[in-house]
Amino acid sequence: MDGRWYDADAGPLVRPYAMTGGRTKPGPHGVRFDLIALVAVDPGGGAVGDEGLLGPEHRALLGLCRSETQSVAELAAEADLPVGVVRVLLGDLLEAGQVKVSRPVPPARLPELRILREVIEGLRAL
Amino acid sequence: MGLHDDGPGETGALSSDGDLAALALKILVAGGFGVGKTTLVGAVSEIRPLRTEELLSEAGELVDDTGGVERKTTTTVAMDFGRITIRSGLSLYLFGTPGQDRFWFLWDELSQGALGAVVLADTRRLEDCFPAVDYFEHRRIPFVVAVNCFADARRYGANEVSRALDLEQGTPVVLCDARDRDSGKEVLIRLVEYAGRVHTARLLDSVGPQAGSV
Repeated sequence: MDGRWYDADAGPLVRPYAMTGGRTKPGPHGVRFDLIALVAVDPGGGAVGDEGLLGPEHRALLGLCRSETQSVAELAAEADLPVGVVRVLLGDLLEAGQVKVSRPVPPARLPELRILREVIEGLRAL
Repeated sequence: MGLHDDGPGETGALSSDGDLAALALKILVAGGFGVGKTTLVGAVSEIRPLRTEELLSEAGELVDDTGGVERKTTTTVAMDFGRITIRSGLSLYLFGTPGQDRFWFLWDELSQGALGAVVLADTRRLEDCFPAVDYFEHRRIPFVVAVNCFADARRYGANEVSRALDLEQGTPVVLCDARDRDSGKEVLIRLVEYAGRVHTARLLDSVGPQAGSV
């Protein structure tokens, strides 16, 4: 290595966790969103003016959720941000009342057989 | 009062399942490097496989405390995933697990709440899928072994593969072509059927007269 890094080798222009103000964990709720937790815009969320408090990445995520309910994984892929960063930003949006986040099915209570049957039939019909 | 006063107990905290009725299920696709995990995900997914990245410290740990971030060199690990919408409000997400062993801890997170897993195997290097088989057996996560039948590989029967892997009785082995959508669908169907049987059996176990207290 000659000590010079160019382009992608040099890493992102803005360090990822700069977007979160150095935080690597979501706020007071302290919830670690699962990759398949679904995020929807909270219809009862604050007025547009409130969004001014949020950064451009927050607004980008909000925009993605507005088009359709999305999983955390999809948001991360489409916003081109690391999952960890997206989790922190989503924590902010949740606290600001801008989004709702679903809990994935808890492991101890895997989906009912009715749902599994529906999945099997759905797969057959694809 | 005010904007958020829209119901009891709902003040911007996590909503219950009822509030956001959509349900997402997770299936993992594991197996050795180059066995066709992303190919399988792509064959059955309705979206082009997407890629998420996690930041890791050089030591291979998730970056999750601010203390070390500025000092540790970070690296990223990518996970490819796809989606199948069963109906509005019910979707299936497929995650290709990172192949390298040093990312095991990511599997722990991925397998949390997973419906089950597909372990892709290549009969030319069956040993590559041993770690995945061990992982899911130890954590009692229902899985099927899908043998990706590469054109130039000798064909083995499902029973032979099952014996070679020393699988627990009942673990399905399916021969498949990871590039083929119908073949991939069949693998998933076998997995969901099997996961249903496993869950039912555990449920019966837990309420059976001889069930030991846990």
